[in-house]
Amino acid sequence: MTQDGHLAISGNADLVMVRQQVRVVAVEAGLSLIDQTKIVTAASELARNALIHAGGGRVSIVVVEDGRRRGLRLTFSDEGPGIPDLDRALTDGFTTAGGLGLGLGGSRRLVDEFDVASAPGKGTTITATKWARG
Amino acid sequence: MTVHADVARRRITELLGSADEQILRRWSTIAQASADELRELYQALRNSLAHEGDDLTDVRGLLAELSRSRARQGYTPSDTARAVYSLKEAVYESVEDDGGADALRGFIWFSRLIDDLGLYTIETFATAREKVIMDQAEQLLELSTPVVKLWEGIVAVPLVGTLDSARTQVVMEKLLQILVDTGSEHAVIDITGVPAVDTQVAQHLLKTVVAARLMGAECVISGISPQIAHTIVTLGIEFGDIVTKATLADALAYTLRCSGIEFSERRHTRIAVRTEDA
Repeated sequence: MTQDGHLAISGNADLVMVRQQVRVVAVEAGLSLIDQTKIVTAASELARNALIHAGGGRVSIVVVEDGRRRGLRLTFSDEGPGIPDLDRALTDGFTTAGGLGLGLGGSRRLVDEFDVASAPGKGTTITATKWARG
Repeated sequence: MTVHADVARRRITELLGSADEQILRRWSTIAQASADELRELYQALRNSLAHEGDDLTDVRGLLAELSRSRARQGYTPSDTARAVYSLKEAVYESVEDDGGADALRGFIWFSRLIDDLGLYTIETFATAREKVIMDQAEQLLELSTPVVKLWEGIVAVPLVGTLDSARTQVVMEKLLQILVDTGSEHAVIDITGVPAVDTQVAQHLLKTVVAARLMGAECVISGISPQIAHTIVTLGIEFGDIVTKATLADALAYTLRCSGIEFSERRHTRIAVRTEDA
């Protein structure tokens, strides 16, 4: 991990690193076992998307607090081709890479807050937050 | 420029020859290595420099050997590189004694050459390490995918760790081969040891099940923990008509029943099988 808490995603081995690191920080943030598994799975999907569609990217993993509760925020960013039609990309079963087509939409359901900023040619930034249930 | 450079190079080569014992002694002092250990390397370097064309093959070979033997003695790659770099200091003393412009200019060239050789020792070290890691990764791939026989006609694959494309490939090939070899009709894929099931893992599992089906075998997926079940449902993955069980024991009981094997408690069978209403 780099100084500012970023992990690079440039190969399949990095997906393992991302999953492990997210798991460590999720435990730190006090997420339950089910929520840990959910955010780890979402991280796996989003990291793989960055790898497959943009050839790589990076992720920052931070513990956040909103006064009442603690949580985990993942920010994936890449400089890839961007998502031309976001609604379609979020539709279950829509795939351009031969997968199940559930990665992006499924990830949105796995976390509490989900935000996609993308424009064709400008890359994609996805922010996903999971709060610990107190 | 080139004329100067050639003259400068020749001057350094001459110095390496004329002051060889002195340089070697200083080098071994600074590098804290025995002169015998360094002599061969020094001679090889002199030989390569004496011939045109910078053929450093011999020197590199010796350096690789030095790097390996020092690594065995517990030196770090930096220590080895530093030992190589200290030759610069030893040679510089002779260059200073000479004091000529050619020698000084030649020293710059010599210094760059030694820098490259020092880096080479680090590279050798890294390559050796990488090879070890790759070998281990391969062994792990083989080790981590055993196919075990549970009963006549029932085999199981306990999966542990991350399922990526390469591992799924190995698992699938092994499972299909075992199905043929043993003539088994049932296979249990146990994912208790898989920490997270994402869409790719699910897709790999589904493909394996379909491939086994094509060969006439039925697969049961077991070891689905509550958190994994939760995640799979939220992701929206459908396992269709594939039989899934919470534990390996449940899966074994299920496959036994499918094979027509029944146990009754009255006969004091030591295998307790939980029966479910059909």
